[in-house]
Amino acid sequence: MLELRAVTAGYDQRAPVVRDFSLTVEPGEAVGLLGPSGCGKSTLARVAALLHRPDSGTLLLDGEPVRHWRHRAPREQRTAFGVVFQQPRLAADPRLRLAHLIAEPLHATGRRSEVPDRVTELAATVGLTPDLLTRRPHEVSDGQLQRACLARALVLRPRWLICDEMTAMLDASTGAALVAAVETYRSTTGAGLLAVGHDRTLLNRWCGRTVHWEALQPPRAPEASQGPSVR
Amino acid sequence: MTVLSVRGLSVRFLMPGGRRVAAVTDAHFDVAAGECLALIGESGCGKSVLVSALLGLLPANAQAAGEARLGDLDLLAADERTLARTVRGRRIGLIPQSPAAHLTPVRTIRSQLQEAVAQLTGVRGRAALRSAAEEAAARAAFPADHLDRHPHELSGGLAQRAATALALVGEAPLLLADEPTTGLDRDLVDHTVDELRRHVDTAGRALLVITHDLAAAERVADRVAVMYAGRIVELTDAEAFFGTPGPRHPYSRGLLQALPDRAFTPIPGMPPELGDLPDGCAFATRCDRAADTCATQPPMTATVACHHPYVPEDSHA
Repeated sequence: MLELRAVTAGYDQRAPVVRDFSLTVEPGEAVGLLGPSGCGKSTLARVAALLHRPDSGTLLLDGEPVRHWRHRAPREQRTAFGVVFQQPRLAADPRLRLAHLIAEPLHATGRRSEVPDRVTELAATVGLTPDLLTRRPHEVSDGQLQRACLARALVLRPRWLICDEMTAMLDASTGAALVAAVETYRSTTGAGLLAVGHDRTLLNRWCGRTVHWEALQPPRAPEASQGPSVR
Repeated sequence: MTVLSVRGLSVRFLMPGGRRVAAVTDAHFDVAAGECLALIGESGCGKSVLVSALLGLLPANAQAAGEARLGDLDLLAADERTLARTVRGRRIGLIPQSPAAHLTPVRTIRSQLQEAVAQLTGVRGRAALRSAAEEAAARAAFPADHLDRHPHELSGGLAQRAATALALVGEAPLLLADEPTTGLDRDLVDHTVDELRRHVDTAGRALLVITHDLAAAERVADRVAVMYAGRIVELTDAEAFFGTPGPRHPYSRGLLQALPDRAFTPIPGMPPELGDLPDGCAFATRCDRAADTCATQPPMTATVACHHPYVPEDSHA
């Protein structure tokens, strides 16, 4: 179980972006978090994915409180998460060929021997053809790069997937293909999902339960809503 | 009255090693005053290259062929001096893909609007420029009390209006909007396209919108052109396309069925490489209606380029 309890987070302690936010995702559950641009939902997604330390509040991972974030998080907690961001260009090292990009988490965790099998398997899962795997990010489209980013998020077989506006940049067909790949993965592994987005129709269709940001968070003054656009 | 008339427009990129990339092939379409044409398709299908070709902004390794008539001027044959001095901003207004990146970050919106007014119109004098800039802002519904802000102090929606205000200054008869709604949330998308539509309806401008957002296209467009692998494969009335009888090209049909409020099923496979297109129909490998005839290029009939399009009677086939 992934539990956020009374999380307050942001980039300036005097003006937090997320205040007193609580949300629970059960194993195997798909939860959509719906909110307008700039409301702080991406910051919350980063807290849930151990990428941003909250100012206060607790994150419980299977009942175990998370004490360290980012590179200081213990490996078994860090690798329990797969994250897909909105903009694949900003989330991909431009020097890596797609095959290496997908395999990077295996290299980083010393599981090099699994690389050939996992990359081949995942390329098929996300719909990448072998010739694309030898290219670098600037040689592929946004949609193709996002497919690789999803494969990278799945390569360590995470128990939790955090998808922050995964399909916002993509055309309808590529978006539907990526959502289908996520759902195939979840149905075989029982992983839980937190999908963050602004598209009500999409989240209602994709997720078993959609929660509205406003319902969990009192609206802030307009001045504060200009906060940093962090992905 | 036709404002823009494109005939046989093709764009080829010459790549190192003699490779040729066919970004746009044989595009034909018209846009009339008071009309909005939406050009839709997957990212990388050549939509933005088409816009760059119309504005004469193609990179040096691109070659454009065909004709794009704006009144008596062929945009593809015009020299840079003509385009810079009489076309961009004056006869074609561009509403850019990312307004926040398009605006000058170190200057206020007021200063940018005043510069545009001074460059594009005959208005002279400080007081006159100031009031002309305020009028221009009001036309795009940009709030006057935000005019002294810098671009980073604006929300996405307001930055979009600022960019629209700049595009409208020259009173250009043709507006080009390149992915005007990318990255905006649904309410802002609706708002933005409604405003674009208002400029078409009230000022009688012609509007060409490039988008991969089908919901936005449905909201704004009179007609729809579907682009696949550099070719326009369907060009039809928006109401028929999004409603009944629906699209006729299997690709258009697949795109609509991928929407989360429809079947939410992707089209299998991926678009072909523009540098390595097949001789026949580029969609054949992904098409469940493909047959032997698809090895030849289907000609464009009245509305669709396909050897076996859906006909209204077999819309459930």
